[in-house]
Amino acid sequence: MKHLALTTALVGSLALPAAAETIGVSIPAATHGWAGALNFHAEQTVERLEKQYENLDFVLTTTPDSGTQISDLEDMVATRNIDALVVLPFESEPLTGPIQRIAESGTWVTVVDRGLSQEGIENLYVAGDNESFGKTAGDYFVENLDEGSKVVVLRGIPTSIDNERVEAFQAALDGSGVEVLAMEHGNWNRDDAFTVMQDYLSRYPEIDAVWAADDDMAVGAIGAIEQAGREDEMWVVGGAGMKEMVRRVQEGDDMVPVDVTYPPAMIATAIELTALGVMSEGVPMSGEFILSSELITQENAEQYYYEDSPY
Amino acid sequence: MSTASTNGAAARGFKIDLTVLGPILALLALVLIGILLNPNFLSYANITNVLARSAFIGIIAVGMTFVITAGGLDLSVGSMAAFIAGLMILCMNLLIPGMGENLGVILIGVLVALAAGLVAGAINGLLVTRAGIEAFIVTLGTMGIYRSLVTWLADGGTLSLDYAMRELYRPVYYGGILGISWPIIVFAVVAILGEIVMRHTAFGRHCAAIGSNETVARYSTVAVLRVKTLTYVLLGLLVGVAVVMYVPRLGSASASTGLLWELEAIAAVIIGGTMLKGGFGRVWGTVVGVLILSLIGNILNLTDMVSPYLNGAIQGVIIILAVVLQRKGKASR
Repeated sequence: MKHLALTTALVGSLALPAAAETIGVSIPAATHGWAGALNFHAEQTVERLEKQYENLDFVLTTTPDSGTQISDLEDMVATRNIDALVVLPFESEPLTGPIQRIAESGTWVTVVDRGLSQEGIENLYVAGDNESFGKTAGDYFVENLDEGSKVVVLRGIPTSIDNERVEAFQAALDGSGVEVLAMEHGNWNRDDAFTVMQDYLSRYPEIDAVWAADDDMAVGAIGAIEQAGREDEMWVVGGAGMKEMVRRVQEGDDMVPVDVTYPPAMIATAIELTALGVMSEGVPMSGEFILSSELITQENAEQYYYEDSPY
Repeated sequence: MSTASTNGAAARGFKIDLTVLGPILALLALVLIGILLNPNFLSYANITNVLARSAFIGIIAVGMTFVITAGGLDLSVGSMAAFIAGLMILCMNLLIPGMGENLGVILIGVLVALAAGLVAGAINGLLVTRAGIEAFIVTLGTMGIYRSLVTWLADGGTLSLDYAMRELYRPVYYGGILGISWPIIVFAVVAILGEIVMRHTAFGRHCAAIGSNETVARYSTVAVLRVKTLTYVLLGLLVGVAVVMYVPRLGSASASTGLLWELEAIAAVIIGGTMLKGGFGRVWGTVVGVLILSLIGNILNLTDMVSPYLNGAIQGVIIILAVVLQRKGKASR
């Protein structure tokens, strides 16, 4: 049965009129919560657009590392003859060359979130704003903490994304008198964050707030704080907009007063815009599309809560 | 006869046996560094934290000691733990509408975890022994399979235990008796039983015999295939036990659960003095190895002396140093 379906699909794709357009989508595999949500939104969007446009085909691949992603891109160009590419580069440096060659061959290129190391390659750039992600959180800390307050920070996987966020956070705190006690890597992972937070709690008798910089890490940090019975001493700000965290903000949880968005649904924005560009002749689509990081508060939390999302 | 043996013992007593003392000295050195660097290091809370967080890898590493002693290897345990955790959470969430939030659901969840571990271990073991495929290849394959399965079960996101259920199950990680938390107790019991089985039972001796020379062991009427299969089954079961302790901690499982646990477990086993090529195993050494690995992370978190970028490098240096110490001791004997 499966064989049959596969053969028909193959025959079907061969029999399609030449006018059919194919969009390749290449994104990192679901190795952490945020990337999982990215996969979810990518699949949903592809499914929806294939229904919406009859002459539009998609190739969706997920990759565990840069090397595989380069092979995936080569396969897409060689065997599926894609007309447009939506790519979230696993790493900027190694993928800049391969993507540049695809762009030079006349294929439309949309780059998502992680910018390439050379400018002017892509036709469209859709991204979150890491600087505003760090600054939004930092501003909240400055406004809601007194001078001399003590803060600990959980950092993500060591990458330029993490560096940009942390630098913006520190810049926002500069001159405010809020003291950052320590910054260790929790790798955007619940278990790692739990461990690091436990150790912060044994190390510092006074902590007023935690910047967990990611909702998965916030879950881990909160677990450790509850274990130590120090819930009343500090609050935690995560980031990205995981639905459990948004729910807690919405319910007015004292420990999770706010959250900062970094929407994984940006992949949907990118695919939609690319499809629009490919299917609608003459609609200008080139440029940059930057999604700013918003502060989720109890008042506006409802609009950031996605019931169906796994994240 | 008796004089000869006492002489032998005395001679050995004078020479410092690094294969035995190496891991213990490393552990003591780390404890000393910890005390010097931070006064809170020896606090009740910190010690409980370190021991409890070592429990997952520790319980798994005890099982891994048997597999490695018998000349095998299992790379799949981290993924297996993630998959079993996902399966357990999924089952418990499915049961809640029918059964309500009670201890029965937890009990079934625990049974599911243990059974899944047993089956997963048996699959690894049978593929290695009956299908005759190298352990490295079999478990590399199952590692990928379980990791994908948990990602698929979680739809790429995170599987979370129902909130009320989590509150009910929480004490299994955070609670305890006489101030000693459950994961520490379970880890200790598993380690002590493991040590007894390794040293004082036919199964333990058979593992060592197979690991040092499989052909000779077979001629000596050791049921090689059965014993080897059993080491993987035992390891699978212990992965199940570790998951039972892990799930109540944060009540969730995702694609990043148990990442690299297999390498930490293998490293702990080797630091503890078990031979990677098999033939000799030391369960208490494994426990020391696990504690060394946990302490490195703990100490690095308690100080600012080293850039956090270098944590991995420091762990690497200490792993290699611990093993070098032992091998040197062995060579000089």
